[in-house]
Amino acid sequence: MAERVAPEIVLRPILPEIIVAGAAMAILLLDAFRSSRDRRPLALLALAALAAAAASAIGLWSWDGASTILGGMVATDRYGVFFRLVILAVAALAVLLSMLDVDDDRGGEFYALLLFSTMGMSLLAVSADLIVVFLSLEILSLSLYVLVGSSPRRLASQEAAMKYFLLGAFSTAFLLYGIALAYGATGTTSLSGIAGALAGETGDLGLAMAAAALLTVGFAFKVAAVPFHMWTPDVYQGAPTAVTAFMSAGTKVAGFAALLRVASSALGPVAWDLTPALWALAALTMVVGSVLAIAQQDVKRLFAYSSVAHAGFVLVGVVAANQQGISGAMFYLVAYAAMILGAFGIVMIVAGRGEERTTMAAYAGLARRSPLLAAMLALFLLSLAGLPPTAGFIAKVLVFQAAVEAGHWALVVVGVLATVIAAYFYIRLIVVSYMEEPEDRGAIPTAPVPGVAVGLAAALTLVLGVLPFLLLDVLESASILRF
Amino acid sequence: MSGAPWLSLTVWAPIAGLAILLLLTPLTGRRGRTEDLDPEPPPHRGVLVAGPTARVLLWRWGTLAVTLATFGISLGVLAGFEGGEAGFQLVERAQWVESPNLQYLLGVDGISLFMVLLTTFLMPVSVLASWRQHERVPAFMASLLILETAMLGTFVALDLLLFFIFFEGMLFPMYLLIGIWGYEQRIYAAVKFFIYTMAGSALLLAAILFLYFRSGAELGGGTFDLMALQGMEVAVVTGRWLFLAFLLAFAVKVPLFPLHTWLPDAHTEAPTAGSVLLAGVLLKIGAYGLIRFNLGLFPEASRYFREMVLVLAVIGIVYGGVVALIQRDVKRLVAYSSVSHLGFVVLGIFAGSVQGMSGGVIQMVNHGLTTGALFLLVGMLYERTHTRDLDRLGGLAKQAPVFAGVFLVVALSSLALPGLNGFVGEFLILLGSFFTARPYAVVAALGLVLSAIYLLWAYQRMMHGEERPELDGFRDLSGREYAVLAPVVALIVAIGVYPKPFLDRIEPSAERQARVVQVVEPPGPAARGGG
Repeated sequence: MAERVAPEIVLRPILPEIIVAGAAMAILLLDAFRSSRDRRPLALLALAALAAAAASAIGLWSWDGASTILGGMVATDRYGVFFRLVILAVAALAVLLSMLDVDDDRGGEFYALLLFSTMGMSLLAVSADLIVVFLSLEILSLSLYVLVGSSPRRLASQEAAMKYFLLGAFSTAFLLYGIALAYGATGTTSLSGIAGALAGETGDLGLAMAAAALLTVGFAFKVAAVPFHMWTPDVYQGAPTAVTAFMSAGTKVAGFAALLRVASSALGPVAWDLTPALWALAALTMVVGSVLAIAQQDVKRLFAYSSVAHAGFVLVGVVAANQQGISGAMFYLVAYAAMILGAFGIVMIVAGRGEERTTMAAYAGLARRSPLLAAMLALFLLSLAGLPPTAGFIAKVLVFQAAVEAGHWALVVVGVLATVIAAYFYIRLIVVSYMEEPEDRGAIPTAPVPGVAVGLAAALTLVLGVLPFLLLDVLESASILRF
Repeated sequence: MSGAPWLSLTVWAPIAGLAILLLLTPLTGRRGRTEDLDPEPPPHRGVLVAGPTARVLLWRWGTLAVTLATFGISLGVLAGFEGGEAGFQLVERAQWVESPNLQYLLGVDGISLFMVLLTTFLMPVSVLASWRQHERVPAFMASLLILETAMLGTFVALDLLLFFIFFEGMLFPMYLLIGIWGYEQRIYAAVKFFIYTMAGSALLLAAILFLYFRSGAELGGGTFDLMALQGMEVAVVTGRWLFLAFLLAFAVKVPLFPLHTWLPDAHTEAPTAGSVLLAGVLLKIGAYGLIRFNLGLFPEASRYFREMVLVLAVIGIVYGGVVALIQRDVKRLVAYSSVSHLGFVVLGIFAGSVQGMSGGVIQMVNHGLTTGALFLLVGMLYERTHTRDLDRLGGLAKQAPVFAGVFLVVALSSLALPGLNGFVGEFLILLGSFFTARPYAVVAALGLVLSAIYLLWAYQRMMHGEERPELDGFRDLSGREYAVLAPVVALIVAIGVYPKPFLDRIEPSAERQARVVQVVEPPGPAARGGG
């Protein structure tokens, strides 16, 4: 007689998520009983929670317990720890950026939602079961829908929230359908279970392929890969810039963390069939993202398309599907997170109160008005364009090298050509900020805290470009998926 | 071999100097207004203005000191270099990144040695020539210093990816130099320059990564090490494709017809220092890349595509010369003459004989000096007259005999008068290619005739011809301008009269590279050119 054993409850590996969620609820409560309109204490609390979560995540680096906990729901590998740290850092920088306009009328719920979303992202990175993937995606998305609409005075923000919600719900439906089909094909939702069933050919392969396709579509929406990128420019433009910075970096990192894990573990056995689709997705994303960015006049939209294009470059690493590909994609995500956060941070500082100045014209003569800001913008742009000595260059070399190694040299050729197209619009912004005359010559007012956030991103962009081994050494063990 | 890491010291000296200057800048007080916002009124009106701020002085003198020091250090490379050897010397090797296997690998041979010296020599000259630059001086000087490190690194890097990093690193500072401090059409020219170079080098990266991948299978462990890769067998068809990818990147830089169209714009619109460095050094990186990588890595493909490259080179020689004939803008004329002269260099490189190769290399140095000097002179002319239009110039020799004299010497060097440096290079190139690529040599000789026509004609129109009343008061060379031109002219004469010390160091390496495309055994003993 088989005895039903309740799964042993080990909570240590999800302590970071618990801390973040706890802090989010504490912020909600505190906000309700607070008289002052000063949001800074809440921001500090959020930062403290993120730091504590990061510390507890670091403690998990040398975890030697079970490879999954909670009945196979959550993975405890270094891969997950690594992505959690990246996501927590992204959230911390976003909190710093949001402190630019301390006196606007958004309440404490802003930080609570940001933390909930962070918790969803970090849970996504460690989910070892499709049900957890779905749950964490919902946590992160629902919070983001509200955050995108959190600029009550700007109509664009409301519109963006609506769009994001509709398309996001749509994409979640794809994902859910994919999960259902995967369960139908293999009788399980655990990633390792699916992989086992597919490898042993006990599952229904046709159904599994359909599941794989739908799952890919669902993730492609989240990471904004072409042709599932339509929401990106409108949402990125409409959302408050601090939120744009957060979601452009955080969602993409978390989405790719899950996609990489699902693709290389659960769908590993059918990778051969999935590769052509991913190949096309990567090529389309790189080219279309770069081409569409050229025509943009609004800097937020420009970076939105740039972020689409970058999803394509990360996908190159996913397509390669070898160890270099995974670690290359991971490096790319870190570099991307640093440079896109920094770029949006500068957009936010330049835009000023009310977020009005986001057109190219607002950047005319930036180098004369605020030389340091312009220099950092140039650094981010060069990194986004993939020029040495920046993180963006090393990242591109790594994913391209992985793709060549896997025999996808044609994809690399597409990639380098997309880089050239992309270079055009990045340097156009440099032209505007360095070579055109400003309308007024006053320095752009910069609050110190967001300045620090941008500075940190700039430092990371440069350090990873010059000393890439600092991160590569970490990735050596972090890029191994095990459970 | 001496113990000091001369190459690293040379390459990084400009960046180190830049760091020191950045640290010293706060000592000069608050950001001055004059340097940033109020360009000094044109000097020829004789209006006295307040002197430059302490910050501007710091950056001018500081950058001059740094570039001079770099030149001094690079003499250490020369001293440590053993003549008569063909291989790489002063090699420095350190692991930079484990995976992918990226090494910090530097070394020089007889070919790159003189490119390094040319670069460090032209830098202080360019700084001195930019003394009248009043706009955003610190940023200007910083761009120059970053550019110098990138250029030097390109010449000495023996790891392909490291080379690529330096190669791309040159792009941005030069782009800023043209785009911020250039003339009227600067932004157009800067963007064109950037896009052309970027487009050329994109496939280079793909090709480098492909070589790395092949080396993983062939050599048991991926590597970007040039010396290791030279020993690797690549399939014939693959090698040809890779050759084309490398060729595209370097042909844009050289520039080889029909990829030259960025050059006249960039050279014309760039500030004087930018033009000098573009013509003097950046173009050489294209030619150097052809020698080092195209010939070095793909011997079979080099022979296969030899005729094609020679045809393009010869078209460039004639086309550049013909178009230079019809220019009214002196600076554009000099720019097109570069297209023609670099065609000679490529002809020499692909001729397939030692003389051709040696001539090509020394012609790279010559062209850097000569065309550099021409751009310096045109820059001085423009500072005084605010025009470069040949139709609006005339009779300057009377006003400024020394200026005219120097211009004549440099022009004669450019048209390869015996006794001056241009002759040594072009003679060797024609001699070398005459035996191995005769039809091309014959057509190329036409280029010599053309260059004599356009240069002397331009000289005659500017310096003699009808005197223009509006040009009255044209000053002759100032002390600073003497200091700028004297060392360049001295070298022009020195190489022309006694090229042996240069050729002795170039020839062994040149011989090794020339064998790659040698299809016909040239008769007779190796001839030495010279006046």
